[in-house]
Amino acid sequence: MPGLTRGCGWVEGTEVAQPAAKRVVRRSLAWGTLARLLRHRAFVIGAVLLGFMVLLALLAPWLGSGDPNKLAVRMRFQPPSMDHLLGTDNLGRSMLSRVVYGGQLSLMIGLWVVLLNAVFGVLLGALAGYFSRLDGPLMRFADALMAFPSVLLAIGIAAALGPSVSTVVIALAVVYIPRTARILRASVLVVRELDYVHSARVAGASHWHILFRHILPNSMSPLIVQLSFVFAYAILSEAVLGFLGLGAPPTQPSWGILIAEGRGYIREAWWLTFMPGAAIALTVLGVNLLGDGLRDVLDPRLKIEQG
Amino acid sequence: MMAYFIKRLLQCIPLLLLVSLLSFGLIKLVPGDPAVVMGGTNATAAEIEVIRKNLGLDRPLHIQILSFYGNLAQGDLGRSLLLGQPVKEAIIERLPATVSVALYSMLLTLVFGLAIGVLAALHHNTWIDQGAMTVALLGVSLPNFWLGLVLILVFSVHLGWLPTGGYVEPSTDFLGWLRSATLPAVSLAMLQIGLLARITRSAMLEVLRQDYIRTARAKGLSELAVIGKHALANVAIPVVTVVGLIFSVLLSGSIIVETVFSVPGMGALLGNAILRRDYPMIQGGLLFVATALMLLNILVDVAYAWFDPRVRVGGGH
Repeated sequence: MPGLTRGCGWVEGTEVAQPAAKRVVRRSLAWGTLARLLRHRAFVIGAVLLGFMVLLALLAPWLGSGDPNKLAVRMRFQPPSMDHLLGTDNLGRSMLSRVVYGGQLSLMIGLWVVLLNAVFGVLLGALAGYFSRLDGPLMRFADALMAFPSVLLAIGIAAALGPSVSTVVIALAVVYIPRTARILRASVLVVRELDYVHSARVAGASHWHILFRHILPNSMSPLIVQLSFVFAYAILSEAVLGFLGLGAPPTQPSWGILIAEGRGYIREAWWLTFMPGAAIALTVLGVNLLGDGLRDVLDPRLKIEQG
Repeated sequence: MMAYFIKRLLQCIPLLLLVSLLSFGLIKLVPGDPAVVMGGTNATAAEIEVIRKNLGLDRPLHIQILSFYGNLAQGDLGRSLLLGQPVKEAIIERLPATVSVALYSMLLTLVFGLAIGVLAALHHNTWIDQGAMTVALLGVSLPNFWLGLVLILVFSVHLGWLPTGGYVEPSTDFLGWLRSATLPAVSLAMLQIGLLARITRSAMLEVLRQDYIRTARAKGLSELAVIGKHALANVAIPVVTVVGLIFSVLLSGSIIVETVFSVPGMGALLGNAILRRDYPMIQGGLLFVATALMLLNILVDVAYAWFDPRVRVGGGH
């Protein structure tokens, strides 16, 4: 977990020793953080849950029928059993295969939204926090985007762009980037005023050097915590968009689409609706537990505020 | 207090302008010709031309923007393509159903969110605390529309206690309304209960550490008086701040929950408009919801200032 090294990198500003010593300090910090995370029960349970869901998604070709679209009409509406762990749907397709392949798509979409948030949220938040002149316009724009309820805005954007996987990613990224940018801006505003940043400025370091070498590495903790929650929100919102028919095409079913498909057969075959939703719930639960753990360990200030 | 309210209202104007510009810009995101997209696959060239003319898409951009704001100033949100009815009228017609379910859900949220949060804080680090926080965590992790479907499965399909959907006006048949609104309200409330319980718990833990609580206990007040009078009044402050967020989540959730339970509310109206590409309805609906939320947030801020005089005097904003 190399990203975490920087997460608690108060070393960055204080250390004056040689590079070798710096590396040692950094590595021990990373191990310290990791050790504290591994002692945090919620984090461990969350990591195991999420890891399990990711593993299932990766093993998709070897689970169930191995093909989410393989028809077996004689096997229609089989309830969950040893032969069909999650049952079969109205066309006899293996629900296990459909759920794990759906998981690939849903997790992928969540990951992309997190990546876009990490890049653009950081960029916009850092610019707004560091250059006071950009702060006003950027944050007013963010406020306007945040005035819409998040899922509603995502639905609006997805409806305008037309249904596809990239639409979902773009819509969710647009919705959460202002929120991420705000959080990074807040920590940049604090770090910007610290003595070592002033010293760097006096020493003649360029803006970019100060921003990327001194400010950003020390503003990472709240960001990592925020990104974990963005991942959880993205998976939940993707399900909403898919359920409303604004997501991927039905041949490439995400969890939301599977629930929408199952809804019509809720009286005959509860497992069609239940299983994909349970997969979402387990994943989001895992991510939330993981996020709580990250928050407690990386950002102790928040722990005091939020218990 | 009034001055504070008016100040907050005035601060909103630039934001409102930007928000309306964003909802106007939404239609510009449509790839290709929006009139063709809206007309659907079976539309003739003449029909598409009519849509284009109705929406003013044949005019230059600056004229479109000016007329959008001109209409807005007169309270005109445009005309729905699907319903052939003014957007404003359609929203007002369906608002009561949404508001009644939302208020019901808000009530559930406040009662259960506060109760679970306070209970967890009072039994800090015991199994009660852990159980309560597990429930809260589940609340924020379950997709609300899926929860709605599971509730239908259990309470309507298997037990047959409550209807699978539909909506009865509370003014005509209150019990009927209660029956029809309970499942939607519960599935909407779960997420907020989780949010509120987590925040209440930490606020309560913070308050319980304060000196005045120790003093209250030291002077021999009963535990009920300490908690009820001294602690809860101060927990209200952080809790009020999240009420705005809760409204926002409620409105977002109503789109999908109303669709699942076929409640003829604003959420279902918007959801349907989105599926059928009724852009004037989408634009108007988004703008309406964002404006309503902004006003609600101002009310929340004013309530906040009322609870916490420091905000009003210090001008905390």
